[in-house]
Amino acid sequence: MSEEIIKDVIVGENEDYIINMGPQHPSTHGVLRLEVCLKGETVKYLIPHIGYIHRGIEKMCEANTYQQIIHLTDRMDYLSAHMNNEAVCMVVEDAMQVEVPERVKYIRTILNELNRLASHQLWWCAFGMDLGALTTFFYGLRDREMILDIFEESFGSRLLHSFNTPGGLMHDVHPNFQNRIKEFISYFRKKLPEYDQLLTGNVIFQERAKGVGFMSKETAIGYGVTGPSGRGSGFSCDIRKIAPYGAYDKVQFNEILETGGDVFARYQVRMAEMRESLSILEQLVDNIPEGDFTAKMKPIIKLPAGEYFRRVETARGELAVYVVSDGNKSPYRMKFRTPNFSNLFVMNEIAAGCKIADLIAISGSLDLVIPDIDR
Amino acid sequence: MFRGISSLWAGMRITGKYFFSPRAIVTQQYPENRATLKMEERFKGEVTMPHDENNQHACTGCGICEMNCPNGSIEILTDRIPNAEGKMERVIDKHIYHLSMCTFCELCIKTCPSNALAWGQKFEHAVFDRSKLTKVLNQPGSKIRKEAK
Amino acid sequence: MSSNIFDFATLTGSVHSWLSGMMSSGWVIFTEMVLVGLVFLLMYALIGLFLVYLERKVCAIIQNRVGPNRVGKWGLLQTIADLIKLLLKELIPIRKSDPLLFNLAPFIVIIASFLAMAALPYAKGLQAIDFNIGVFYVMAVSSLGVVGILLAGWSSNSKYSLIGAMRSGAQIVSYELSVGLSLLAIVVFSGSMQLSTIVESQANGWWIFKGHIPAIISFIVFLIASTAEINRGPFDLAEAESELTAGFHTEYSGIKFAFFFLAEYMNMFIVSALGATVFLGGWMPFHIGEWEGFNQIMDYIPSVVWFFGKTFFLILIIMWFKWTFPRLRIDQLLTLEWKYLLPISLFNIVLIAFLVLMGWHF
Repeated sequence: MSEEIIKDVIVGENEDYIINMGPQHPSTHGVLRLEVCLKGETVKYLIPHIGYIHRGIEKMCEANTYQQIIHLTDRMDYLSAHMNNEAVCMVVEDAMQVEVPERVKYIRTILNELNRLASHQLWWCAFGMDLGALTTFFYGLRDREMILDIFEESFGSRLLHSFNTPGGLMHDVHPNFQNRIKEFISYFRKKLPEYDQLLTGNVIFQERAKGVGFMSKETAIGYGVTGPSGRGSGFSCDIRKIAPYGAYDKVQFNEILETGGDVFARYQVRMAEMRESLSILEQLVDNIPEGDFTAKMKPIIKLPAGEYFRRVETARGELAVYVVSDGNKSPYRMKFRTPNFSNLFVMNEIAAGCKIADLIAISGSLDLVIPDIDR
Repeated sequence: MFRGISSLWAGMRITGKYFFSPRAIVTQQYPENRATLKMEERFKGEVTMPHDENNQHACTGCGICEMNCPNGSIEILTDRIPNAEGKMERVIDKHIYHLSMCTFCELCIKTCPSNALAWGQKFEHAVFDRSKLTKVLNQPGSKIRKEAK
Repeated sequence: MSSNIFDFATLTGSVHSWLSGMMSSGWVIFTEMVLVGLVFLLMYALIGLFLVYLERKVCAIIQNRVGPNRVGKWGLLQTIADLIKLLLKELIPIRKSDPLLFNLAPFIVIIASFLAMAALPYAKGLQAIDFNIGVFYVMAVSSLGVVGILLAGWSSNSKYSLIGAMRSGAQIVSYELSVGLSLLAIVVFSGSMQLSTIVESQANGWWIFKGHIPAIISFIVFLIASTAEINRGPFDLAEAESELTAGFHTEYSGIKFAFFFLAEYMNMFIVSALGATVFLGGWMPFHIGEWEGFNQIMDYIPSVVWFFGKTFFLILIIMWFKWTFPRLRIDQLLTLEWKYLLPISLFNIVLIAFLVLMGWHF
């Protein structure tokens, strides 16, 4: 059995030159394995192999209470931990028909945008590093540090802050919260043009990114590519606009759409989203209403029997949560529709025929987080 | 072509600017600044059980934290001893906390009815032996704080 | 020249006469060869280690970091500690590799860079061999390194290594042309391939100032092409760690890896030294035409300082490139060479020949 596989994969009957990118490879950002068939430098086809970091989060949910599920969702897409938390919380609140206080909605929206900014900053630095501009990595991380400090002050943790709980928040935010966000906004408004000068305008970068990895709108819809990757192809899929939640119906913001469909368009969408997030933060940060930080909830949450569905926009696309409850304190079935899973499998479609270096640029532009794919 | 060269120069200006401004260095000299390093008060370092000066804590040994912990990081061993009126009463014998399994979700602290648990700010948890990460939170000889009713 | 106080010819001459007084002429030559070899070995190791340290420090400051600062004052001993670590590490044998070529490759790479160092004029009167075809020699031996890289990629029996080696082959063979043509520009100006003559011809001004715009163009072409030739960013496709993990030296470990690493930094030193010698006047101080007073002050700065100052200036520029720009793709790399740099430098050569014929340079 194993020898057959070796013969198949390594020798290959038609003398395909197959290399395995991953599971340990610097630019897959995790344990993703891409089986890439090459002809010279050109990619003929590629097959993604997933499951190296599968933890069975959906199955684990079936044994946990709804409060406990929250901290598992942190570990799916760890860069949009707060959005994942919020999706589960909103499902539970919907099912229990709890109206969360306005203050909670505002704070959740602010945290969403902060988390999206942090995620996009990390994407920017990793993307630059994939393309060989190593300095971007440190500039991005330097600015992301300010957001993480805000998180640390309010939640006690920097990345996996299980700060949401069904019905509200764990605590009220720290008294410094608003001041530090304002400080961050004025700081980052100054740093963002540097990003453009360093990478966006660079002629080498534009040559590398423009016209590479073209994804048409039909492909994006067909594969369900959502988030900034889908919006780079002109696929209007921003859940914040389509089905507003939290305080998104109270702020002015634009859905960023680019029609280029290439790596550069996806890059532009994310850069513009950073600016958009800053403006959302500016609108919200001074207007947080007073009130409770959580609604009254019973200590043991039992959803009424039935099916519940809710979706949110994470930093990478549409996260949908589907719960089937049989009236117990843990769900009968919990299904997450994670954005990265769909975004990954479009790679074969758009990467065939490009160079190895383009493949890296494409996987960087899709902004994959591997634990989110495997769950 | 001229635009291309000027875009390269724009990038070089940014890196050059930081090269000549060493004050922009953001690295924290971690082991040296240990004395001045102050963690945020809400920082989730580890779960602790605060004891007051009389070596008393607030844990009644009810087991709610054990029940709420998603990973089984908390084990509670209780004892039954007679109290002043001669009735048998449940007291905590050992509050065992497995730091190695903890995911810092805060549910134990949040749900504790007597606020016996709190976050500790210690974060240097590296040890050579995994068994050292299993901690007993109530100090030896400690007693439950009796509130004046 | 007004002052001879920093002329190394007096030092080497006195060593020669001291040795001649003690032994026969054959033994004198042998002893001198051993001495020169030892000096070069020491210099090679010291410059290589210092360059690694310098690069780490420069990139750290650019990236708002501190860089190595634990071993020794400001981390100065860090690279020595790294070297000791690499010496002690296991040399991992690769199954189904070609052991002879696999072991030979690092030596070819490091010998090529060693050979090139011999012909460089470090200071007034300090040059191991003064070939009459010095420029040609340095180019020839430094391009030998690509053989080692190709062998390393082929013999490792690794797919990543092979791709890296093939990229490196295509890249170095192409960019060799532009380096050669841009150096040829100055050869045409000075009328000699001998490095010492080229340096002497810059006594009244460096070629980059004397040669009008064509010299500046060929300097820029040289800078770009030589950055590509030594496999450094933004042209580091051969090792492209985000694509090929480490390219041709993926499978090497321990001191064999260190050889590749050291040779890479020494190649950077060699091209910078060559560029400084040919375009920026080598060890020649900065002179402005008739300003005698200014020129004499400049003469008091030792020629070694001038040489290393210019070389490290060029090295800093090459590092600055690497830590700013993203990497090119292989087809863009070849397009840049064959469609832009090569026509420009060919045209430049014709222009320079015309300038020299008309006698329009200083």
